[in-house]
Amino acid sequence: MATNILMPALSPTMEEGTLAKWLVKEGDTVSSGDILAEIETDKATMEFEAVDEGVIGKILISEGTEGVKVNEPIAVLLEEGEDASAADSAGSAAPAGGAKQGDGAAAPDAAAPDADEPAIDEPAVKAPGSAPAAAVTIPAEPEVPEGTTFKTQTVREALRDAMAEEMRRDGDVFLMGEEVAEYQGAYKISQGLLDEFGDKRVIDTPITEHGFAGVGVGAAFAGLRPIVEFMTFNFAMQAIDQIINSAAKTLYMSGGQMGSPIVFRGPNGAAARVGAQHSQDYAAWYAQIPGLKVCQPYSAADAKGLLKSAIRDPNPVIFLENEILYGRSFDVPDLDDFTVPIGKAKIWRQGSDVTIVSFGIGMTYALQAADELAEQGISAEVVDLRSLRPMDTVTVIESVKKTNRCVTVEEGWPVASIGNHISAVLMQQAFDYLDAPVINLTGKDVPMPYAANLEKLALVTTKDVIDAVKSVTYR
Amino acid sequence: MPGTVETVASFSIRRTACLDADGRPLGPLPEFAADTDFLARLYRGMVLTRIFDEKAVALQRTGRLGTFASSLGQEAVAVGAASAMRPEDVLLPSFRDQGAQFWRGGTPEECLLYWGGSERGSRSAAAPEDFPICIPVGTQFPHAVGVATAFALRRQPRVALVMGGDGATSRGDFAEALVFAGVWTLPVVFVIANNQWAISVPRSQQCAAQTLAQKAIAAGIEGAQVDGNDVIAVHHACDRALDRARRGGGATLIEAVTYRITDHTTADDARRYRDDAEVSASWKREPVARLRNYLVAQGAWAKPDEERVLAECRATVEAAAEAYLAAEPEPATAMFDDLYAALPEDLQAQRAAVRERADG
Repeated sequence: MATNILMPALSPTMEEGTLAKWLVKEGDTVSSGDILAEIETDKATMEFEAVDEGVIGKILISEGTEGVKVNEPIAVLLEEGEDASAADSAGSAAPAGGAKQGDGAAAPDAAAPDADEPAIDEPAVKAPGSAPAAAVTIPAEPEVPEGTTFKTQTVREALRDAMAEEMRRDGDVFLMGEEVAEYQGAYKISQGLLDEFGDKRVIDTPITEHGFAGVGVGAAFAGLRPIVEFMTFNFAMQAIDQIINSAAKTLYMSGGQMGSPIVFRGPNGAAARVGAQHSQDYAAWYAQIPGLKVCQPYSAADAKGLLKSAIRDPNPVIFLENEILYGRSFDVPDLDDFTVPIGKAKIWRQGSDVTIVSFGIGMTYALQAADELAEQGISAEVVDLRSLRPMDTVTVIESVKKTNRCVTVEEGWPVASIGNHISAVLMQQAFDYLDAPVINLTGKDVPMPYAANLEKLALVTTKDVIDAVKSVTYR
Repeated sequence: MPGTVETVASFSIRRTACLDADGRPLGPLPEFAADTDFLARLYRGMVLTRIFDEKAVALQRTGRLGTFASSLGQEAVAVGAASAMRPEDVLLPSFRDQGAQFWRGGTPEECLLYWGGSERGSRSAAAPEDFPICIPVGTQFPHAVGVATAFALRRQPRVALVMGGDGATSRGDFAEALVFAGVWTLPVVFVIANNQWAISVPRSQQCAAQTLAQKAIAAGIEGAQVDGNDVIAVHHACDRALDRARRGGGATLIEAVTYRITDHTTADDARRYRDDAEVSASWKREPVARLRNYLVAQGAWAKPDEERVLAECRATVEAAAEAYLAAEPEPATAMFDDLYAALPEDLQAQRAAVRERADG
C-alpha cells in the first residue's frame, strides 16, 4: 500500500522547515536507513532517513521549497511492485520517514500527531460563536469590555507583544538571558525586540543562570524592572538561591525598604522527548515560596495579560510557560492595554457534575476530557487556576459547592503537588459539599523517561481525566 | 617541540602599602593623607567599630543579642572602603562590614536591631539605597553587578561597592559576578577582606592561587592587593578603583589582606582550630594602633584627643545599646508585613489569625 512520507520535525517545537535537497528521485528503490533528503531550519540541518523499504513513487515537494509544514506529505512511498498510480491515492498519514539528527535531541515522531491525541498546533479553544451546540458555555470574558474584537495569536506572539508593550510603556523594563538578543530567543519569544529596543535593553548574557539571575535581582533592587528569561526552568535550578533567598525575601528582610520587581520567565514542564533533566515541572516548587508570585498561563490571552501584570508587579514573579503551548493559537483581545490580574482563576466552561481544576498545559487534557464527557452526558466545570501564588481557591471552592466533586490535573509529580494543596483546602473549607474523594492527577513519580513510549505513559492523558471524572461521579 | 610556543598572556599583581606595622610611612603617602583631620576621622571610624563590636559581643554573651560577627582587626577594610565612596554610590555589605555601614550613616542602633532579629534594623534612613547586610555567602556580588547595570543603563556616574570575605571568593556567585562586570565594563568595585580564615578553613585551603586578587585576571578586570590593616592604603586603592569605574573604565577587584583576630561569630570558638601564637602576632599588625602611631608621630594626635574620641564612641554605642534594649518588640503581625508590596488575600487571613492568637 502506498504511504506518504511526511515532513519530519527536527525538534519538538519545529513547525516548518526548508526541504533543502532530495537525495533520491522518483523510481528509486530505498531501504530502511537510506538517506532520502536534507531538511533545514533556522537552527540546524539534518539528514532524513527512510524507515520502510519501497520505491519512491512520487516527490510531492520539490527541493528548495521553504516553509514546509511538519507532517505535510513530501513524497509517496510505494511497496515493491506497486504501480506508480497508487501514489495518487496514498491516504495513510502514517509517517514513513525517520530523522537522524546530530545531537539526537528529538525523534521525528515527537511532534507527529497521534491517533489518540490532538495535533499540537490545533487550537484547543474554539473561537466564541463556533462552539458546538452541546452543553458547552464559554462564559463571557469578564476581563475585556463589551464589543472587544479578538485576533488569533500564538502564545509565542502574545508573550512577545506583552514584553514589547511593557518595554514601550516603561523605560526601566529590560530583558536579559541566554540567546534573547541576536538569536531572538531560544524559542523565538523575543523576536524583534532587539531591533526595537537595542542592546542596552535586550541583553545576551554569559551562560550562567545563577549569575544573570543574581544580576537581575540586583538591578531590581536598584529600581529597574528586569525580565529574566531562562531558556528553560530546568536551568533555573542553578539560580534558585538567588530567586528564593534574594528575590523573594529581601523586601521582608530589608524592613520593606528594598523590593524586587522582577519577572523570571521561560518554559516549564515536559516538552517532548527532552529527557529527565529537561522536562521538570516546577509549579509546586515555586508556589510554596512566600514572597514570590507564580503564574502559569494556558491560553495566549492569559499569557499576554498575565505577563503584562507580572512586569508591572512590584514583587518578584515566576512566570511558567510551556514549550508545547508556544505554537498554539488562541483568541487574544485586540486592546491597547489588556491585562489579567494575578491571583484570579478563570472558569473555561461551566458544568454541574464535576469540577476539573488545572493550569498550563494540563488545561488541554481538562478541556478535551470535558468535551468527551459532555457527549457521555457528564457536565464538567473546568477551572484554569492561571496563578498558583496567590491561588484563587475561592473560585475552586465555589465551583465544588455546586458540583460536589473535584479532579485536579497537572504534569508535575504527585508528592506535595498543587492538587494536594487544593485537596487540603477543599477538605477544610468544603468538606460537607464533597460527595467523593478528590482525585489528583499528576505525572508519574519518576524522572521523565526519554523513550517516546515511556514518556507518554509518564504524563497525564485526556483518558486519565475522563476515567477520574467517571470515578468521582460513580459512573 | 611542536610548532611554536609563545607567551600569549602574562600578568602581575601589585600590592599597595603606605604605613608599616608600626605606623611609619613606607614612602611618600597619597595626597589625601596630608589632611590629618581626615585621617583622624578615619581613626574615629575604626575606633567606633571596635567599641561597637566589643559591646555587641557583650550583649550576645549576656543573652541580649543574637549571633554576631565581630570585625576586630579588620576595621581598616570597612572604613577605608566606605570613606572612598560618594554618598550617591551604593554599598553592598557582607555580615562583617558594620564599619562601612556606620561611615555611610547607618547607626549602631540599626545594627543592633538587625542582629537582635528585627528587620527594622535593615531600614537605613541615612543610606536608603545601600543594601541590607548579606548573610548568604556571595549572593551580594551579582547583586552589585545588577546595581552597576542599572547605573550604566541610566547613565549615572555612580558606583556599586560590594564587600565579602576570602571564603566567598570560592563561590560561583563571585566568579560569575566578575565575568559579567568584565564583559559589560560595569562600574563596580569588589572589595575582598582576606582575613585568612573562613570559619575554620585557612586561606591556604580555600584556593591554591598565590593571591585572590588574580581572580580578576581571568575575568578581564583590574585586580590589586592592598595591606588591609593600613587604612590609608585601603582608602587609596578604593578611591582609585571607584574613580576609574565612575569614568567608565570598568570594574576592579581589591584584595585587602587582613586578619580575623577574633572568632568567626559568637557561635564559634577559634581557639579550637587556630594557634594562639598566630593570633598574638596579628595584634602587632592591627590597624587602629598603626594609624594612631602615625598620627602621634605627625604631632596630630595626643592623649586628650584619644580620650575624647574613646569617650564619644563609647557614649554613642552605649546610647545605641540602650535604645536597642528599650525598643518595642515587633508585633506578631510583623512577620507578614513587607512580605509583598501588598499582602495577597490568603495571607491577609493568615495574618489576621496570627494577630488573634497573639491578642488572645
